[in-house]
Amino acid sequence: MTKFMFRTIASTLAVGASLLATQALARSDITIAMQLEPPHLDPTSAAAQAIDSVVYTNIFEGLTRFMGDGSVVPGLAESWEISEDGTVYTFKLRDGVTFHDGTTMDAEDVKFSLDRATAEDSANAQKALFAGIDSVEAVDPLTVKITLAEPNGNFLFNLAWGDAVVVAPESVENIKTNPVGTGAYTFGNWVQGDSITLIRNPDYWGDQPALETATFKFISDPTAAFAAMMAEDVDVFDNFPAPENLSQFEADPRFQVLVGSTEGETILSTNNKQPPFDDILVRQALAHAIDRQAIIDGAMFGYGTPIGTHFAPHNPAYVDLTGQSVYDPEKAKALLAEAGFENGFETTLHLPPPSYARRGGEITAAQLAEVGITAEIINVEWAQWLESVFKGKEFGLTIVSHTEPMDIGIYARPDYYFQYDSTDFQALMDALNTTTDPEERTRLLGEAQRLISSDYVNGYLFQLAKLGVAKAGVKGLWENAPTAAIDLTQISWSE
Amino acid sequence: MLRYALKRLISLLVSLSVASVVIFAVIEVAPGDPASFMLGVNAQEDTLAALRSELGLDGSKMQRYFNWVGGMLVGDFGTSYTYRTPVSQMIADRMWVSLPLALYALMLSTLIAFPAGIYAAARRGKPGDLAVMGATQLGIAVPNFWFAMMLVLIFAINLRWFNAGGFVGWGEGVLPGLHSLTLPAVALALPQAAILARVMRSALLDILSEDFMRTARAKGLSRRQALWRHGVRNALIPVLTIIGLQFSFLLAGSIIIEQVFYLPGLGRLVFQAISARDLIVVESVVMLLVFAVITVNFLVDLAYAAVDPRLRSRS
Repeated sequence: MTKFMFRTIASTLAVGASLLATQALARSDITIAMQLEPPHLDPTSAAAQAIDSVVYTNIFEGLTRFMGDGSVVPGLAESWEISEDGTVYTFKLRDGVTFHDGTTMDAEDVKFSLDRATAEDSANAQKALFAGIDSVEAVDPLTVKITLAEPNGNFLFNLAWGDAVVVAPESVENIKTNPVGTGAYTFGNWVQGDSITLIRNPDYWGDQPALETATFKFISDPTAAFAAMMAEDVDVFDNFPAPENLSQFEADPRFQVLVGSTEGETILSTNNKQPPFDDILVRQALAHAIDRQAIIDGAMFGYGTPIGTHFAPHNPAYVDLTGQSVYDPEKAKALLAEAGFENGFETTLHLPPPSYARRGGEITAAQLAEVGITAEIINVEWAQWLESVFKGKEFGLTIVSHTEPMDIGIYARPDYYFQYDSTDFQALMDALNTTTDPEERTRLLGEAQRLISSDYVNGYLFQLAKLGVAKAGVKGLWENAPTAAIDLTQISWSE
Repeated sequence: MLRYALKRLISLLVSLSVASVVIFAVIEVAPGDPASFMLGVNAQEDTLAALRSELGLDGSKMQRYFNWVGGMLVGDFGTSYTYRTPVSQMIADRMWVSLPLALYALMLSTLIAFPAGIYAAARRGKPGDLAVMGATQLGIAVPNFWFAMMLVLIFAINLRWFNAGGFVGWGEGVLPGLHSLTLPAVALALPQAAILARVMRSALLDILSEDFMRTARAKGLSRRQALWRHGVRNALIPVLTIIGLQFSFLLAGSIIIEQVFYLPGLGRLVFQAISARDLIVVESVVMLLVFAVITVNFLVDLAYAAVDPRLRSRS
């Protein structure tokens, strides 16, 4: 009886509250929290995803851009033509686009931006994206001709990255602290350590977005993140850092929880050149010793999609190869015995700070112990990880999420930190790079996925989920993360 | 007196130079290259080299050490690797949060500790004393970040009296600024108050057994009058020493509280700079804190000497 009454009262209150909400005018400001603060605001000279989260499509735009579903659509380029042989791209730019300082955006700016990215002393963190560019020519103010050394089926996709945005020579000097772009929002203010404010650009070439101002707040501590959301200090938390609290938000009508996918393949990265991992039997044993679902449940509270290869499951070219490495500790032991390790062996497991690695690592180590592999856990900071694991290649195993989109090409680099050297795979990637036919590309990508899966290059764990929390009234947030971005132009409050 | 001051000054300078060498060595030895941290996993070797030379990381360690120290001598703390803004500017900005927070917390802790300590000393062995001592025991044992989380849970999430964190900025006015620093200040103050109350109590109890206190009582003062007129004043000497120590602790030690309340203070700056291997920021902030602590000690030494002639003659 009391329970019934409580429910009646609660639902009456809820209905009342929602009535009030519908009468109120839609808000035109928003406070969005994220865990990391950008070091500066130049997306073309750093790898920090936090920079892209703030500026991508909001302040800076490129010739093409990503949409929330991962598709690549025209950005500052209205249209383009590709020559027969796939080496010459002619972009037609939008007319009447200005930078926030009032100067006109034209072909010269595009040429400047791309030349800057490819220059000898370029500080671009993704210089490889532009490696194939032979020359950039400003044919007329609204036409840019880019000539590639050889065809590149990924070129339009590459240009959509935050590292390829168009900047102006007039304002590039102070871009790190005062970014001037062409986007729908201008840079307002930055209280370092606290927040960044963006203001709607009245002169934007496209549709005017709904929000007038947006404040990005930086809250790194997971407990503080939970408190800030619960106290309604912030309206949205992009990439919420405490998956263990999500069910609480789900049960609370004030909030909505957005669970999507990222481009992050989380893998048990294996040093393919370090004995005993240079033996495919050992790597295969490793693959069968791991229970992916237990890791997803234990480390990510169930959020994440199991993967069997280095490819995003939401991509149409994805092949489900999880069956090739099902959890089977007996088989793992047999394989180890076959490789000459009846009594197992010892190795190291380097774990960077994110919880997927630290929590996932503990579970992985326990699972490996069951088949006789003793993995010594070494917790490292990112800077240390880059130094000793990524550059120094002094590791046996490590857990890391590879967040770059479409990055299967890293397996073609024998000097990449997991040191997989396969001429077959390298040939596949060479073929892929020069193929523009979509069907043929899908076939090649499928083959590439199968090859690394059957070579058991790394232990493939899960696709990292994007977990967002927002107030119930916020609309238009990206559910997935094809790239790090918080696209303000799509966000509004329901009235 | 002048000779004493000179001696102290020389020891201050020696401490500072030793500290600068230790700080530089410890921070430079930590593995991790600032340039590769900034450019990430896809960076090419030539890009890394370009950035390293832009940041001045290509010189020898010795050269960089002298550049750093030389710059500090003329007030130039260098430029942050990641933010690309002058470090002195960043420190000044963060100081406007950390310094008021430390002062606020110190004030609260004194306001709590003095009455509690005096009350307990006056009622030695009685239930009131036991209650205060029990509470301070708890206050010392419980870490301040736990207090912080409880305060957020009660006052921010349930009662909604305060924000769960963040700092509105002094631009909004003094009261809103203080309002947003209240929960962190309380969280910082409680454990400090517990320590201070115990020091106050024991200092008072020591004084109470002194001869001059008996004389005061014999003169006809009541217990209470004697306690207030002669006891508290004399007990202040050890208490002030503790307060001085606590101030440097509050300034340097609020790293965790600044994380929990996401305040843009010095502690958060150091925390971010360490994980980003922004070495120059870490080195300069740590050096500044060392400078502050050593200078405060120097001034305290001088003050002691001014007050107590025995110290002067001994030197």
